[in-house]
Amino acid sequence: MRYSQKGMATTPNNSAAAQEVSQQGFVYLPLIAGWLVPGAGHFLLRKWGRGSLLAASVLGMFVTGLVLQGKLYSGAHDILDILGLAGDLGNGLLYVVSRVFGLGADLVQVTTADWGTRFIVVAGLLNVIAAVDAHNLRTGRKS
Amino acid sequence: MTHFPAVLLFALFASVVFGITQRETPRQMIRYGIYCFVLFVGSAIALSWVMFFIAR
Repeated sequence: MRYSQKGMATTPNNSAAAQEVSQQGFVYLPLIAGWLVPGAGHFLLRKWGRGSLLAASVLGMFVTGLVLQGKLYSGAHDILDILGLAGDLGNGLLYVVSRVFGLGADLVQVTTADWGTRFIVVAGLLNVIAAVDAHNLRTGRKS
Repeated sequence: MTHFPAVLLFALFASVVFGITQRETPRQMIRYGIYCFVLFVGSAIALSWVMFFIAR
């Protein structure tokens, strides 16, 4: 499916280059890589600065959440748990590794742990936004 | 960590991601990132004062 770039802030040269890039290889690779490892989608596209900042932000938010003894959702018992788990899964391998090593609190017992839980969920959501941005760069929708 | 540093960290990380993903050029990214940061922190402070007066 092609999208019109009329009105977007791209020059004809950028559009042509982006279209050329979009015809090579597996188009969803930056999306999947960016989801699994924060910033990896941008690194694949050689956007080193943007990738580093995105990785630092997502990783920083995730680690802050763990330091605040935030909870990692492991099951879906009600609708809020399902939403929390969906947010946590946005962290990709960070979530898997943290679960494997038993990081994160089981129960929220202090006020800061509640903030930590939100930090971890939002880190996942931000990572999904970053991965979609990498996909948009890959397809030429964004330059 | 108290509430305010947590707000600052949250605003910083979210603003960086919003700035990079929602704008095209580096200049626009920085401007939008700062705009988001100010809105995050400003709204948190404003809502805190609202809740302070409601609780009295």
